[in-house]
Amino acid sequence: MNQEQHKAILEILEQDARTTPEQIAAMLGLEVEQVKQAIHQLESAGIIRRYKTVIDWDRFGEERVFAFIDVKVSPAREVGFDDVAERIYRFPQVHAVYLVSGDHDLRVIVSGRTMKEIAAFVAERLAPLDRVQATYTQFVLKRYKEDGEVYAETEPDRRLVMTP
Amino acid sequence: MKPLSRTVGAVPPSGIRRFFDVAAQMEDCISLGVGEPDFVTPWHIREAAIWAIEKGFTTYTSNYGLFTLRQRISAHLKRRYGVEYSPEDEMLITIGVSEGLDIAMRALLNPGDEVIFFEPSYVSYPPCVMFAGGTPVPVPTDYRQGFQPDVDRLRDAITPRTKAILLCYPNNPTGTVASHEVLKEIVRLAVEHDLYLVSDEIYDRLVYDVEHTCVASLPGARERTILLGGFSKSYAMTGWRIGYACAPAQIIEMMIKVHQYTMLCAPIAAQKAAEEALEHGEAEVERMRREYDRRRRLIVERLNEIGLECLPPQGAFYVFPSIRCTGLRSEDFTEQLLWEERVAVVPGNVFGSSGEGHVRLSYATSLPRIEEALHRIERFVRKRRG
Repeated sequence: MNQEQHKAILEILEQDARTTPEQIAAMLGLEVEQVKQAIHQLESAGIIRRYKTVIDWDRFGEERVFAFIDVKVSPAREVGFDDVAERIYRFPQVHAVYLVSGDHDLRVIVSGRTMKEIAAFVAERLAPLDRVQATYTQFVLKRYKEDGEVYAETEPDRRLVMTP
Repeated sequence: MKPLSRTVGAVPPSGIRRFFDVAAQMEDCISLGVGEPDFVTPWHIREAAIWAIEKGFTTYTSNYGLFTLRQRISAHLKRRYGVEYSPEDEMLITIGVSEGLDIAMRALLNPGDEVIFFEPSYVSYPPCVMFAGGTPVPVPTDYRQGFQPDVDRLRDAITPRTKAILLCYPNNPTGTVASHEVLKEIVRLAVEHDLYLVSDEIYDRLVYDVEHTCVASLPGARERTILLGGFSKSYAMTGWRIGYACAPAQIIEMMIKVHQYTMLCAPIAAQKAAEEALEHGEAEVERMRREYDRRRRLIVERLNEIGLECLPPQGAFYVFPSIRCTGLRSEDFTEQLLWEERVAVVPGNVFGSSGEGHVRLSYATSLPRIEEALHRIERFVRKRRG
């Protein structure tokens, strides 16, 4: 199986992780066994990291607060920012950590049940870390789109039910 | 009261009306009967149209359409198919291919002229020929040959009254793509008998595993061909109603007369949207085509498993399976499937008598919906097969 076919399998699974090997095989004109083997390979190579579900927690009624925290860090010889980044991302409430260009060095996305909880995390965990010089916190007020998913009412199919 | 038009009266009413009325009322009906993309127009195109309206593009355009749009279409056709049409006087922007077809017929036909087309065919062809005073002459194609046009049958259908051959590949409703060789043969016949060719290539960008052949690019074709194309299917722009007609200047001159006195011009904002589509839409076309292709393979495999045999169509977004195993006629199959399983399909006979024994399924519907529909169809067919 070639790179193109592997990519096609990944794209299909990225859209819907529950697509079965049988369906993928039909969609791409491959044998079911080939597809199973390819998925296995992609999993063991760490290319497919895991399968998860996109959930609208708001709709479920669960309150979750998100904040973007920009962090200024003084870099250290040898490790740059990596060691500080690592100390931050090990906290389970940390959703994402990026090294970014611009005024700050790290952008951290943190989730919590309340704003207070996040404020406490910043004050007690993040700000006191060695070499963290400053933090700048922005709370998320509304999520419109995330990971390519639009969080709005899905638009209805406006087409006529039957057209020639 | 005096009788209404005989010409219009002679055209039979739409064959899908009664199914449409039932399906439209039904909740939880999955429709595989839709002849347009399930994608909405890509956002960059919609955004460009909004911008155009904000900037005051709200006027008439030239009867021919925006010159800049014609230039882009001309460049596009040259690049893709190697056909050259002057944006000055060899092309015009129409209200979809529908209008292009209508004015092509009116420009070509005298009362009694015959127009040959292959069946099953798009439902508008016979009426358009009749409205223009012509006589539609259907030539059947067969499921066993993958609905490929049969040149011998075509030759037999030619009479001294034949004026034109109307082609549609990739085809609605069968999804068939006519082979390059067969199309060349057809052009040769047209040259031999001095016939015009009208080629509806609205599905040109939706082909799978094959290359599209632009009829006008074949040897001897250009001088006698009216090429019709548009934005509806490739860019998911059905509601914008933008198509184009390309032909030698003396034919366009005739078509523009009808167009300018009946339509004046296509809507300007939609023409601006079409410019954006040609300029920046390529990635979106390919994304949608790839998605259709995957659905196509899946639906063909499942239908054959279910017992509704079909050869893999190579274009458009339709499959046209045989329903022979159920022993039902097309309309009965459609009606019973709709009532029992709430799945809407289009009975094959509305596309001409050679479509009897088939139904048209559109895979311009999301994969989960297609899966659910196939599941219901399987249950329906299993009961019929006992």
